[in-house]
Amino acid sequence: MKRYQELPIGGGIPGGATPQLVQTGGWRSGKKPLFNEKLCVNCLLCWVHCPEATMLVEHSQMHGISYEHCKGCGICSQACPTGAIVMVPETNDAPQTPPEKVGEAICVSR
Amino acid sequence: MRLAVEHPNKLTLITGAEAAAHAMRQINPDVVPVYPITPQTPIIETFAQFVADGRCDSEIINVESEHSAMSAAVGASCAGARVMTATSSQGLALMLEIVYIAAAMRCPIVIAVGSRALSGPINIHCDHSDSMMARDAGCVQLFAENAQEAYDLMIIGQRLAEDRRVLVPVMVMQDGFTITHSAEPVALLPDEAVKEFVGEYEALYPLLDTDHPTTQGPFVLPDYYFELKRQQVDALEAARTVWLELQQDFAEMSGRRYEGFFEAYKLSDADYALVILSSTAGTAKVMIDRLRRKGVKVGLLKPWLFRPFPAKEIAQALEGKRAVAVLDRALSFGSWGPMYLEISAAIGRYLREKPVLYNYIYGLGGRDTPPDLIASVVTDMQSELDPTVLHYLGLRE
Repeated sequence: MKRYQELPIGGGIPGGATPQLVQTGGWRSGKKPLFNEKLCVNCLLCWVHCPEATMLVEHSQMHGISYEHCKGCGICSQACPTGAIVMVPETNDAPQTPPEKVGEAICVSR
Repeated sequence: MRLAVEHPNKLTLITGAEAAAHAMRQINPDVVPVYPITPQTPIIETFAQFVADGRCDSEIINVESEHSAMSAAVGASCAGARVMTATSSQGLALMLEIVYIAAAMRCPIVIAVGSRALSGPINIHCDHSDSMMARDAGCVQLFAENAQEAYDLMIIGQRLAEDRRVLVPVMVMQDGFTITHSAEPVALLPDEAVKEFVGEYEALYPLLDTDHPTTQGPFVLPDYYFELKRQQVDALEAARTVWLELQQDFAEMSGRRYEGFFEAYKLSDADYALVILSSTAGTAKVMIDRLRRKGVKVGLLKPWLFRPFPAKEIAQALEGKRAVAVLDRALSFGSWGPMYLEISAAIGRYLREKPVLYNYIYGLGGRDTPPDLIASVVTDMQSELDPTVLHYLGLRE
């Protein structure tokens, strides 16, 4: 741990900062997002909306969720248009079947 | 630097507010986010006219409140701009949340303050409740006695704020109406001399320097918050050193010398001392001259700096006095006057033989404090009035 004399003046972070450096997953309580690759259309709206470095995206391809960073806010599941991300109890690992009407809504909008 | 001395200062009849606006014009800040409020308004009115006339090229941001003014000031300052603003009373109160942040993010914003009583009841006249409310925000606080000092302290304050050892906001107080709206002869410096004195501002971590990206104002948890607050203590300590250094530079440039942290008027041989901030110190000088002619040995200590507070130097200057009266133009409900508390602590810390110390509250909400009222304080000290009671000057009781 640095002494006060060693810190940048004003508490800024030279070089810039990223939430990848901070493991905020410990804040999550209650529910977690569950990703179903089969329903994902790779729109990346979850990645856009997520306030943390939770959405694991490589070469514009959505791969999954980092539970070390996810705070459980649920905005990804709200943003997801296909039901590929749903909030489930912390203990539940099974992929969720999306509600029937979600699929219908997508069909209508297309 | 010697330009001004070579070109003798011409006296101009202007108000304190206009003097502050001239200082701003000559300093030529990049950004001035500001919201009008009595009695500060003539500062920004005059400055806006200078900008409109092309006499300086600052970007004035007409914001919708003082909270926004200080927020925009912090943003611009972090971006790397030289930033100034001005306010009074309720405006400073509304700004205050962001003033703490400006100080913590080490933004050297110069804030001209036309001192005015805080509501309620609503009142537009002078007292120091606004600046005293902000005394723990982490800013340097300078108090001007008259328009000349208001002008000079804005210019010195700019260098003080931007010194790499300091980098905190500097508030320059001038008494509302008494100074902001009263015309006095003021010696303005040549534009080039001021420009050379203040130089160019180079931010430590300019946010717009995309080659060197920074994150500013991040969330800080218990593991580092304490250390960052301790850094601010060093900044205010450094302001003492820088203030003394700048006096020499300013004297060479202007021919006007601000010696030490406070003005000592007929103080060294005085038996009785008055400690007063701002314009009332001028009134006290008139009364001190009259009392001296009658053989009463009374003197004045007028601090220019309230933050950082020059505790040791003030204690030393008051050593050996029979009695000292501290006149506060602000209340701290449930306690005594803010400056009295500082001086009481300073005397307790540094002096073995302590003078009898009195506290008077005066001039709240613009209540007039004529010379005779100040003379009554000296009479009180001579008659050994009870110093364990808080006294009120000019109050009907």
